[in-house]
Amino acid sequence: MKYLDEYRDGNLAQQLAREIHRVTTKPWTIMEVCGGQTHAIVKFGIDELLPKQITLIHGPGCPVCVTPLEVIDKALELAARPGVIFTSFGDMLRVPGSATDLLSVKARGGDVRMVYSPLDAVQLAEQNPAREVVFFGVGFETTAPATALAVFQAAQKGLGNFSMLISHVLVPPAIEALMSAPGCRVQAFLAAGHVCAVMGYEEYPPLAAKYHVPIVVTGFEPLDILQGILMTVQQLESGRAEVENQYARAVTRRGNQPAQELIRKVFQVVPRKWRGVGEIPQSGLGLTAAYAAFDAERKFGVANRPVAEPADCVAGLVLQGLKKPHECPAFAGKCTPEHPLGATMVSSEGACAAYYRYRRQAAPERAFSK
Amino acid sequence: MTTPEFNAICPVPMQQYPHVLMAHGGGGRLMHQLLETVFGPAFSNPILDARHDSAQFSVPPGKLAMTTDSYVVRPLFFPGGDIGSMAIHGTVNDLAMSGARPLYLSCGFIIEEGLPMETLWRVVSSMRAAAQQCGVQIVTGDTKVVDQGKGDGLYLNTTGIGVIEHELPIAPTSVMPGDAVIVSGDLGRHGMAIMAVREGLQFESTIESDSASVRNPVRALLKAGIAVRCLRDLTRGGLASALNEIAAAAGVKIAIEQKAVPVREDVHAACEMLGLDPLHVANEGRFVAFVAGPDAGRAVEILRHHEVSAQAAVIGNVAASTGPLVTIKSPIGASRILDMPSGEQLPRIC
Repeated sequence: MKYLDEYRDGNLAQQLAREIHRVTTKPWTIMEVCGGQTHAIVKFGIDELLPKQITLIHGPGCPVCVTPLEVIDKALELAARPGVIFTSFGDMLRVPGSATDLLSVKARGGDVRMVYSPLDAVQLAEQNPAREVVFFGVGFETTAPATALAVFQAAQKGLGNFSMLISHVLVPPAIEALMSAPGCRVQAFLAAGHVCAVMGYEEYPPLAAKYHVPIVVTGFEPLDILQGILMTVQQLESGRAEVENQYARAVTRRGNQPAQELIRKVFQVVPRKWRGVGEIPQSGLGLTAAYAAFDAERKFGVANRPVAEPADCVAGLVLQGLKKPHECPAFAGKCTPEHPLGATMVSSEGACAAYYRYRRQAAPERAFSK
Repeated sequence: MTTPEFNAICPVPMQQYPHVLMAHGGGGRLMHQLLETVFGPAFSNPILDARHDSAQFSVPPGKLAMTTDSYVVRPLFFPGGDIGSMAIHGTVNDLAMSGARPLYLSCGFIIEEGLPMETLWRVVSSMRAAAQQCGVQIVTGDTKVVDQGKGDGLYLNTTGIGVIEHELPIAPTSVMPGDAVIVSGDLGRHGMAIMAVREGLQFESTIESDSASVRNPVRALLKAGIAVRCLRDLTRGGLASALNEIAAAAGVKIAIEQKAVPVREDVHAACEMLGLDPLHVANEGRFVAFVAGPDAGRAVEILRHHEVSAQAAVIGNVAASTGPLVTIKSPIGASRILDMPSGEQLPRIC
């Protein structure tokens, strides 16, 4: 497929891998921030091409995984209400709350619908004036513009029956939290290309300087990731800690300005709890006062009930890169995609799901040696 | 089939009733009219025309194969097919997967009250055409009408009987190390065609379902004396599920190569966009064949002579293993597990 196969070329991948082997002289630990990158790494076996000194650890960049249990419980409560059409992206539907999930609520009669865009939910609200339509707005800066546009349009159309349960989160505060946590092993970051396509990468130089970590904005195809790793290792080996852009075909320094403007118009930065990590200051987006009427939590008065994560689940440590999925005693035993203990096993971008799907039975053999 | 006066348009008496009523399933005059003017003429053959409560027929010598499947696809008509032709192809293909020659089908109609009679007629006409093309006869059937809101317009069930006229033990347990793995064509079209119409997704081109009978290419393989070990149609769960089931039954390792698996460009693009794997997506006219390694080249050549399997390709092989395992070699040369999909395919967030 055009624009895709070029970035999956086996020969070029081997060339990049050889170059990474050539420049690597010491052990390095690199975190890929985004769950999409984690899946590509495991699916294509990119880590098998790398020298043994390089450890990739999987970051918190999976929107489904970091949405707190309390928020999912609120979604379940709203979805079960008569008169509500609850709309969500597909991969939130299977995520377990403390008692059940959205697909089970649907099976018991809740009107839960999968949408491909928040604008589909706005359209549903227009078509069903007698019903309340709630959209589950989750994700990073990547999905925030679409969520913001939906709220903006609903306001313009004067839709009184549309609202959102919002749990949007931001990448730079998460990087900051990871770097300042005790026991952090991360020496460099592959920043999430799609997040930067929206936001640009002007937020990153202060982080790179403060923690002396290289940050390379990286895409999602095998060649992107290998090149991102190469650029990162070159910086590490030469003692540099700069922000570089591997994904220049999609990302500019300042990002998508109209999208950012829309986000600023509708959202304000708020503290946000991350599942498995805890509360991170100024790490999320919430509706501004002007759009507060579209806040489903406020509109329906859903209560905030703190809940505990299953004791066996180490998803929090996985999201912080402190443990690998297969180091969890519940992995592939008590915890499977059919019976997940934590969100990292459910989402298509979750690290545990990636390991379960692609690596369950055998430790990978190295396909390339120096 | 002997149906001299078959009309391509909905029969006149039915036009008095533009929609199916509860009475059409009630056993009285209206139901009789439906059977006599719609199902009877469309599917006419001596066994059905005898109008017994059960069909009576003699059985040719050999083992029999029997299968049943229900069809609940929404929408009823989609690019490349409809529920009627799919209900014939699906059951004929299930029979073909044991190398059987399909003989007779039954068909159960569960109709939602209010279904346009014209729609029913279009489905029945499509079934008639598909059955003729596959060389099977519909010899018995059943009609029920359910209250409005209790069904998606129309559900179908078809059961098929076929005769096995070869001596090969075609079964997952016959698969052994050294066998070649062949797919009969490009993958993922049916599932993506349905998803595109159901969810109103617009891609640059229309993806058409691959719904079709694969009986002829299978017959050609058997006729040519290919050492066929196992055949499996690639419906729900796609290639990934089929390979995992077979690896588990045979206790072998199946290793395939991503680059060798044919996937049409538009299907590939749609899957990439939605975060789906074409190897997990359903097909309705594709199968995987395990054949003895040395026969692989000849088998592919035979398959390619048939339009429905013109894209057939060897995608991998079978090796001995301590436990069942399916692996896939990625385009950059690394191998990973190819797992069964977990539940329904859900598009990802971003």
